[in-house]
Amino acid sequence: MSALSIGLPESNFEWRLPSRGRVGMYCLIAAEVAIFTIFVVAYLFYLGKSTTGPQPKDVLHVPVFYTIYLLSSSLTVHVAVRKLIAGRMAAFALLWLLTILLGGVFLFGTACEWMHLIYDEGLTISTNLFGTTYYSLVGLHAFHVTMGLLALTTVAVFYYAARLGREHAERLEILSMYWHFVDAVWVVVFTVVYVIGR
Amino acid sequence: MSTNTIALPELPTTRPLTLRLHEWVTTVDHKRLGILYILYALIFLALGGIEATIMRLQLIRPHNGFVSPEVFNRMFTMHGTTMIFFVAMPMVFGFANYLVPLMIGARDMAFPRLNAFSFWMSALGGLFLYFSFFGGNGLYGAGSAPDVGWFAYAPLTAKTFSVGHSTDFWTLSLLSSGIGSIGTAINIIATILCMRCPGMTFGKMPLLVWLNLVMAGLVILAVSPLSAAQIMLVVDRYLGGHFFDTQAGGSAVIWMHFFWIFGHPEVYVLVLPAFAFASEIIPVFSRKAIFGYPVMVLATVAIGFIGMSVWAHHMFTIGMSAGANTFFVLSTMAIAVPTGIKIFNWLATMWGGKIRYATPMLFCVAFLFQFLVAGLTGVTLAVAPLDWQLGNSYYVVAHFHYVIVGGILFCIFAAFYYWFPKVSGKMYEEAMGKLHFWLFFIGFHLTFDFMHIPGMLGMPRRIYTYEPGRGWDIWNLIVTIGVVFQAAGILVFAANLVWSYLRGRTAGNDPWDAWTLEWSTGSPPPEYNYAVIPTVRSRRPLWDLKHPEDPDWRYE
Amino acid sequence: MSPTNIFAPASTPAQSIFGLSIFVLWTMVAIFVVVFSLLVYAAVRFRSKHPYEASEPAQIYGSTQVELAWTVIPVLIVVALFLAATRVILAVQNAPRPPGALEVIVTGHQYWWEYRYPQLNITTANELHVPVSDPAHPRPTFLTLLSADTDHSFWVPRLGGKTDLIPNHPNQMWIDPQQTGLFLGQCAQYCGTQHAKMLLRVYVQSPEEFERWVHEQQHSAQNTSSAGERVFESTACINCHTVSGTPAKGKFGPDLTHLMSRETIAAGAAPNTPETLRLWIKNPDAIKPGSKMPAMGLSDRDLDAVTAYLDTLR
Repeated sequence: MSALSIGLPESNFEWRLPSRGRVGMYCLIAAEVAIFTIFVVAYLFYLGKSTTGPQPKDVLHVPVFYTIYLLSSSLTVHVAVRKLIAGRMAAFALLWLLTILLGGVFLFGTACEWMHLIYDEGLTISTNLFGTTYYSLVGLHAFHVTMGLLALTTVAVFYYAARLGREHAERLEILSMYWHFVDAVWVVVFTVVYVIGR
Repeated sequence: MSTNTIALPELPTTRPLTLRLHEWVTTVDHKRLGILYILYALIFLALGGIEATIMRLQLIRPHNGFVSPEVFNRMFTMHGTTMIFFVAMPMVFGFANYLVPLMIGARDMAFPRLNAFSFWMSALGGLFLYFSFFGGNGLYGAGSAPDVGWFAYAPLTAKTFSVGHSTDFWTLSLLSSGIGSIGTAINIIATILCMRCPGMTFGKMPLLVWLNLVMAGLVILAVSPLSAAQIMLVVDRYLGGHFFDTQAGGSAVIWMHFFWIFGHPEVYVLVLPAFAFASEIIPVFSRKAIFGYPVMVLATVAIGFIGMSVWAHHMFTIGMSAGANTFFVLSTMAIAVPTGIKIFNWLATMWGGKIRYATPMLFCVAFLFQFLVAGLTGVTLAVAPLDWQLGNSYYVVAHFHYVIVGGILFCIFAAFYYWFPKVSGKMYEEAMGKLHFWLFFIGFHLTFDFMHIPGMLGMPRRIYTYEPGRGWDIWNLIVTIGVVFQAAGILVFAANLVWSYLRGRTAGNDPWDAWTLEWSTGSPPPEYNYAVIPTVRSRRPLWDLKHPEDPDWRYE
Repeated sequence: MSPTNIFAPASTPAQSIFGLSIFVLWTMVAIFVVVFSLLVYAAVRFRSKHPYEASEPAQIYGSTQVELAWTVIPVLIVVALFLAATRVILAVQNAPRPPGALEVIVTGHQYWWEYRYPQLNITTANELHVPVSDPAHPRPTFLTLLSADTDHSFWVPRLGGKTDLIPNHPNQMWIDPQQTGLFLGQCAQYCGTQHAKMLLRVYVQSPEEFERWVHEQQHSAQNTSSAGERVFESTACINCHTVSGTPAKGKFGPDLTHLMSRETIAAGAAPNTPETLRLWIKNPDAIKPGSKMPAMGLSDRDLDAVTAYLDTLR
């Protein structure tokens, strides 16, 4: 039996479906949210339960500047994509690189904080419950920032190899959603660790 | 311009094996990946079955010495982990991969390369797990395959109590397959949301597509917590962390919460696709549309939501407050309602029909009976005080095998027989199919009906031997005898698949006179699925074509 | 009849659960009979008469009334079951502790049970003795459940439901056995290699017998000055075991002060006879492979002496 031809000869109505990339990214973000939620729950559950060792309010200093840098990078990446859509390539490149720089500075800030905590305060992942949950949560976030930076850098490489054009704007917008997610997670981590936790 | 005739090179009649294997290993085609998932699952089904057989032989009588306690403990750990993660999950993903694009009139999944990546990550997980038999010995000569139980409670999994690397192979294998699962789930959702053919609104998707959509949502929300908990376990075991270190103030109970927040939705991940198969097969073999499509969709979504809120019914004995216990009794009871509604809807679909008992329908009808019983024993366990007696006993083992084997596996067999003609282009041998059904049915009931009794007589699970004089002996014997019939059934099944693939008669596009899109294209479908992307006007596009005088879209 | 049958309750918590289970099971049976009959009827009555019928049956797409009916009825059943369950949960979990209640602290170990009676200054292992409780003047036993290592679970079906012993998470349960006798059970949460042999023996005694047992348990061991005692005290035995009144104060293994008052050794894995005791000390893996007791590597002469010494610990 040969294949039947199905239905109306022409679909004469409008048939619009969401973009795959967008839906895929939302799903990935949902999965990541679930992972981070578990680490946040562990952090909150163990607050005040460390039997020994440094406690949060003794050793944590609110990282105001690095937070500002990271959150600004959401703004820069958003405007960068707008510039790309408008065809303003030089502005796009500048803002994109600025995003990477701001993210990099944030990571540097995390590294400094950790150096201080490890060498000056004697807090490591194995010191006590606070150490375990703190480094895991902040570290998981920093890992995601790193992955994001790698992706952003890859895009920059494509740009300088003259392989990036306005037609890629939607893909970059989807990538920027990931970056916004990373920043949103930082807002939560910041609140839980440096505000509630202290 | 002169026309040149181009001499086409002669194509060899059979391509070399290496080339064909290479095509399979590098494929991104959803149909081939679906077949790879399913074949992979069948291999691990055999391994898991061997592990079960070893356990049942050890338990055939009290104080038996067939295997040592260490080996037995590895067997139940490996059996559970294998069957859930490397049999049931790949089966579910395999069928979803194969069928979803075809049923929505698409040419492939949304992200074919992610699809391939996800399959190979899942496959790698199985290899890690079984490598532990050789590599788990680590530096201290201790360990082998993991022996901490498939839910790996803390602090048994801490370095102090699980020396060597066996637990780490468990963790690594599930982290790897977890990445694969999440990748596939993203793919399924994106495919269903973004690639339906014109006219196929959400209200016109086949129920199989709805059920796989909700399943994929559950995977995203539930597998991630397991991955998080496993990362924490690795931190504890290798970086000196204290997430589950009770000596440092850590909590063993929080592992249980994290695990079961994954573990309970996981069973819905497995059962919703089984419902999907029943929802496609029962209508076709009853010759009626599914009864109550909108309610079936609502019930599915309800199960998805409520299923995320019942997890601590696995923890009724750990000492939660009366308030917490009461809440989880309520939520667990609540989920029985939409689940029961589905059984009634399938029953109503059969009612007034003209039922044809080919092998797929035999398995589906048995599923209905068995899932009814499984649901009822589940309700008894939802009553927390009863769980205080029956929890962690063979009654629970009987209950969940009733769901997974009696419910899910029977539906998977039905799906095999139903779609085998589409996938292979050949009809299977009906007599062998019925033989498989009856052998397996008898074996299943011998084993799992009688298994409830030792539980009610006080026999806990995960024990490598038991004391005589507790009244458990005869029941354990009968339970073990059932294994023989089940094994025979599986052998007949495997033989049928091979024989029919090689020698079966040609099936044609639509051997069952069915109504969903996949039956309109070739058997097997061409690589591009549909020459022309179809447009649909109802839930049963082929019914509309076959019954132009009475199409479905008049009634929907 | 099985000594561990959940349907033969001998204590209030087990009885409450039993009563609830009758209600629940009959409800399930009723639902099963109704739905099963409908399924069988549908499966048989609506068989196709001919293999390849040309005409299709009437296509029924749904019915709101029917859907409503089979939603409302299950909801009502669920509410009834929920209320019944809640009643028993509250009765068992929030039961008040009467002043005369006996208190026992149970600590789970891999793979044995430690029992301490703080009100009576007794420490023993593996065989729990409690007084029988007269319903008119109840004397329940309240158990505090702790763990020294992994998760365990205390399950003696005829006396009550199981409650887990989880490290760093103390739990409470209570029993009030209303018949004397020996009640059996075993650990019900996988705790390691010898989980299967972590058996429970609860001796419910009349008030007089219980007092006599308490009195015996409160004495320290006699100094025998025997060869065996010297072997015991000079080898690693004292690192793990306690014999009160001697230098042996180890806490890792069971208290042996009144070892001979027990009918079994190794948490019920073997009877307490001189032969098995000697075998246990010589090669524990022969009785319970994977237990934490190491083979002591004693000479035959020392083995005989130690066994004879242990025989004096009554």
